[in-house]
Amino acid sequence: MTGKVEKIKTGIENAGVADATAAVVKEDSAWIKNKRYMYFASMILPGIPILSAFLAGETGNGLWLWSLFIVFYGILPVLDQWSGVDAANPSDELVEELKDDRYYVYILYGATIMHWIALVYMAYTVSTLDISWFSILGGALSIGLANGLALVAGHEMGHKVNDKVQVFFAKLILAVSGYGHFFIEHNKGHHKDVATPEDPATSAFGESIYKFVQREIPGAFRRAWELESARLHRLGKSEWSLSNEIIQPALITITAYTLMLAYFGPVMIPFLAIGAAYGWWQLTGANYIEHYGLMRERDANGRYERCQARHSWNSNHKISNLVLLHLQRHSDHHAHPTRPYQVLRDYPEVPGLPSGYPFMLALAMFPSAWFSLMNPKVVNWAEGDMNKVNIDPDVKEEMFKRYHNPKVA
Amino acid sequence: MSVVEYKKYCCVTCDLVYDEELGFPEEGIAPGTLFEDIPDDWTCPECSASKSDFFLVE
Repeated sequence: MTGKVEKIKTGIENAGVADATAAVVKEDSAWIKNKRYMYFASMILPGIPILSAFLAGETGNGLWLWSLFIVFYGILPVLDQWSGVDAANPSDELVEELKDDRYYVYILYGATIMHWIALVYMAYTVSTLDISWFSILGGALSIGLANGLALVAGHEMGHKVNDKVQVFFAKLILAVSGYGHFFIEHNKGHHKDVATPEDPATSAFGESIYKFVQREIPGAFRRAWELESARLHRLGKSEWSLSNEIIQPALITITAYTLMLAYFGPVMIPFLAIGAAYGWWQLTGANYIEHYGLMRERDANGRYERCQARHSWNSNHKISNLVLLHLQRHSDHHAHPTRPYQVLRDYPEVPGLPSGYPFMLALAMFPSAWFSLMNPKVVNWAEGDMNKVNIDPDVKEEMFKRYHNPKVA
Repeated sequence: MSVVEYKKYCCVTCDLVYDEELGFPEEGIAPGTLFEDIPDDWTCPECSASKSDFFLVE
């Protein structure tokens, strides 16, 4: 019952991250083990569009199709604030016990299947029911939110490069929204360039999400294609082959979307387009939030310092961490990219967000609110020295004038 | 005199290859340093992943 509290040498320290203070391991093993069952959320959430499509069919009321949208933006942020932060970190012993437990992987395989069922069943529902465009929009946006969650699970599995089955499921779940190139771009691109101006998946200070997305989506795709082409060329293959790990999931998406268009009719064009685009938008939002304004410094040779705990924004809210597979314990994720979600840890004194991603995603869509909340946090992080901030070049002068006030040591 | 057989290790996340024969001189790891002799707190120079994230390449 009583969790033991001890200080340990942290994984982040082991990873050479000098500025992280040791994680306080509050091993509440009962809670950590209970979370085992709460991760079912990853299978239950895609169940919401399935259930809502069923209810819409039973009642004839298309407004049911908005359910996941309302749950995500209306209920999750409230639950997140209400449930508070998750103080529990697994100890080294518990990490050893949990990290190779296949149960946690099977949940993600289950989620993969649920996401495909949700997409197809929602597609079937919007094409067969006599409902308004507004209801169809709700169905598409709810599927879009589910697609965003699918990308989180795809992210988790896509990191386990040496486990062929997980990579297969990663491709399958990323293909739900046609974003199969993500795991290549993310592993070999984002993890290398994170918190630098070169990274299309790191947002800059003063850059709104609407500006960021125009750089992020094409930049990420281009980088993925270049990385995959280079890999295939090293193997003496053409990038235009079935060995191309971008083409493989793309074929799954094209096949599935074509079949849905053939069977369910032209309503699939807006439905699938909105669903996929809104899924991508969730990912854009996550990328936007995770490293906003933070920048790694260059050494004398012009080489960037290693990514440290201070280069990621974190949120330790309970509910959103359950739903998002601890993606919000983001500093630990960058220190240990292959560490499975159930054993990711929180650290004191890492850059912190005031709420979980569901709220922050919504906030990011209102740039002036985002800037007024987050800009002071970034300035504070840089101790007023704007030379240390990753600033959008278009507003650099203005931001310097407004915020540059370095603390003198 | 035995000939050392150098091995290569690859970062699972970003694909960077550590070749024992070449070392990483700019990182202070001399040519010929065996992977197991690299300190455990060393991290991938490209993506900052931990040493345990490297796997042996055939």
